[in-house]
Amino acid sequence: MTAGLVRPVPPLAKPRATKLPSVGERVLDNGLRVLAVRRPGVPLAELRLRIPFAGPSGRKSRGHTAQAQLLSDTMLSGTTGRTAAQLAADVQALGGQLAASSDADRLGLAGSVLVSGLPGLLELLGEVLTGATYPKREVVGERDRLVQELAIYRSEASVVAREELLRRLYGEHPYGRELPTADEVEAVKASQLRALHASRVAPAGAVLTVVGDLTPARAIGLVERALAGWTASASALVAPPLPDTVRGPAVLIDRPGAVQTTLRLAGPAPGRTDPDSAAFALANLVFGGYFSSRWVANIREDKGYTYSPHSQVEHPAAGSRVTVAADVSTPTTAAALLETTYELGRIATTAVSQAELDQARRYAVGSLALGTSTQAGLASTLSSLAASGLGVEWLRDYPRQLAAVTVDDALEAGARYLAPHRLTTVLVGDVEQVEEPVGRLVELERG
Amino acid sequence: MVAVAVYYDVGMRSEPEGRTGFAHLFEHLMFQGSASLGKTEHFTYVQGNGGTLNGSTHVDYTNYYEVMPSSATELALFLEADRMRSVAVTQENLDNQIAVVQNEIRVNVLNRPYGGFPWLMVPPVLFDEFANSHNGYGDFVDLESSTVEDAREFFARYYAPGNAVLTVAGDIDPAEVLGWVEQHFGDIPARAVPDRPSFVEPMPTAERRATAYDALVPTPAVAMAWRTPDPADLPTYLPFVVLAEVLTDGDASRLQERMLLEDRSATSIGGYLGLLGDPLDARDPTPFLLEVHHPDSTSLDAVVSTVDEELARLAQDGLLPAELDRTVARMTARYLREVDSVLGRATTMSVFEQQRGRAELVNELPDLLRQVTAEQVQAAAATLTPDTRALLELRPGTPA
Repeated sequence: MTAGLVRPVPPLAKPRATKLPSVGERVLDNGLRVLAVRRPGVPLAELRLRIPFAGPSGRKSRGHTAQAQLLSDTMLSGTTGRTAAQLAADVQALGGQLAASSDADRLGLAGSVLVSGLPGLLELLGEVLTGATYPKREVVGERDRLVQELAIYRSEASVVAREELLRRLYGEHPYGRELPTADEVEAVKASQLRALHASRVAPAGAVLTVVGDLTPARAIGLVERALAGWTASASALVAPPLPDTVRGPAVLIDRPGAVQTTLRLAGPAPGRTDPDSAAFALANLVFGGYFSSRWVANIREDKGYTYSPHSQVEHPAAGSRVTVAADVSTPTTAAALLETTYELGRIATTAVSQAELDQARRYAVGSLALGTSTQAGLASTLSSLAASGLGVEWLRDYPRQLAAVTVDDALEAGARYLAPHRLTTVLVGDVEQVEEPVGRLVELERG
Repeated sequence: MVAVAVYYDVGMRSEPEGRTGFAHLFEHLMFQGSASLGKTEHFTYVQGNGGTLNGSTHVDYTNYYEVMPSSATELALFLEADRMRSVAVTQENLDNQIAVVQNEIRVNVLNRPYGGFPWLMVPPVLFDEFANSHNGYGDFVDLESSTVEDAREFFARYYAPGNAVLTVAGDIDPAEVLGWVEQHFGDIPARAVPDRPSFVEPMPTAERRATAYDALVPTPAVAMAWRTPDPADLPTYLPFVVLAEVLTDGDASRLQERMLLEDRSATSIGGYLGLLGDPLDARDPTPFLLEVHHPDSTSLDAVVSTVDEELARLAQDGLLPAELDRTVARMTARYLREVDSVLGRATTMSVFEQQRGRAELVNELPDLLRQVTAEQVQAAAATLTPDTRALLELRPGTPA
């Protein structure tokens, strides 16, 4: 381990030209929008179906969250033609997998399959969409299981912190409570799920993305054949506008004896179609959005306070948010918050260097290429873009937007979205050890 | 895109007593600089040119990889060669990374419900030899007493060029890549490759049981572990890989259908081979693991006897018609999905080459899966008997 000769770092070769995927698109007679891309490589196909599924605001939103969660948990628990186990065996026999999930904006069905099994998987998908039966026994069983799983989930400090953060950011808006309580889950009946399915699981407004080793025309033809019989109609709700965030004191939730404090700061961020989007993405990367960022260099690689700090952006339909997250050792909590506030303050008040900006820009462009380099990655990306009203052109246009961002733009975006006073702070940790030192830095209340 | 991966044939099992966690700590040190690269420069050269990177420590190997635009292939090779030739460890960086690793263990184990279950908790029950049974994440005392000299010796001994496999996969011209490999790696002096000891120990001859407590968990869980045949012998080993899927993959699998859909006696069930969940990345000895999370209202005995009953039924009656075909169909699709990415191809080839001398297995695995017979899976099930297993019960709370 003696230092050897310093050698010159080789230059990059000329980048290969990339081609935008060619997307076939058709809106079926039933209103379902289908996007399809041929991506050879492995003989598989990927499916992503998104159905708008936002709930109502206010008190009614609580029941909806529980029902939507259980609906996705039991959607594959039986159809008019098959039991849960039969359906699972038939999906498996195609070399396939199929799973349902829900969040505050949408119900999602995601699948992948040997391409030879795609017609079969689409047929089974059609059977689920038009004939899921929500058998009482399965609903009761999954209800009990969900209660257990929520308890397990909520035993994690990161989940406790996230729930508090969302409550503080969004209040009574549906985004303020993304997980149901045990009571809300226990109140759900099979008949409610059938009614919810009948009123909301409809093709109009839904988007199905298919990426795989087959032509778009063939993929769309298969979808049309299998899903033409899905004719339910529904009025799609979208999430209501977000309330103005009222930023209160930092919140400290006690986790007695915790060896780490779960530190989170969050606030609004620009959406994908916002003119600030590219500049913000780069400011966030330079601050703490990737390993080669200032914040990681500071609190991990210099001071060793934490293992995996990261600043991440999410894009729910009604408004994006940025979350700054680090789990820091208990004795370093106040010092870690101090450095975090310092780095946020720095990105919001002083210009980044051109080199930092260029490096973040290349990373952002590279990540996009990497994220769309597999069938599964491309399918998920296109599906998620469609939810923001964006098409495949975004994969070409966004790098151009990134290329145009200047140092001044990044400073402006940092000032607008990452200034520490704009963010809501939550800490989950051992009150006895961290309350007093953290209280020297910020106004603190117990959560 | 291109993936560049370097696999060193050293993992947690090679750590000496008093140095638990050292293989992993050393992995962190490989990112702290080398003759031509200052601290954090490895990251900035990769990420700042549009790539991603990581390293990970396993029981039998430690790997490092970059995934980059293919125009950066030579750069990635240079970065790997520079640290293979001349990693630079300072006291300051060592102290810093000890703190980082301790925080990694806090976030993944100490402050996390079910942290280290079962991968850190099962080995001391199933195995007797230190190499196999110790905590590979590391004891804090051991980590804190690690020295720069330890790192120097570990690097000299295990990070010899002849102890590594380099894999490049992606949008590349192989001849051009081999030229760069020669240019950047060719003059790293050869040194002795350490003998790889066998870590094999006798099979358990009686059931072993242990109870662990976790104050953070709301509900109990149990892990059952058996030894498998030597993974080097794929035709004998793969039926156990298929068996894990038959038992636990999806609503139509034996244990999920019985315990999640029928009895409702469990909340989740997992089954896999290898401590870290990859059946093809470890040498002998390696475990077959079943992991069941269950409500307090189901007793441990009820969970265990149901699992035993289903295993006995499979051993007695064999598979149903079509059960093997559908299981292998999904396993094949999942495998293809994994190797759709350049990184999946590079990592899969690396382990096959390092542990079996045949990167070609990346293309042959689907055929080998197809050759597994129902009788082999049935025979594999018959070996999972109570008298050869380790059973670890995880209970909420603290020991009385």
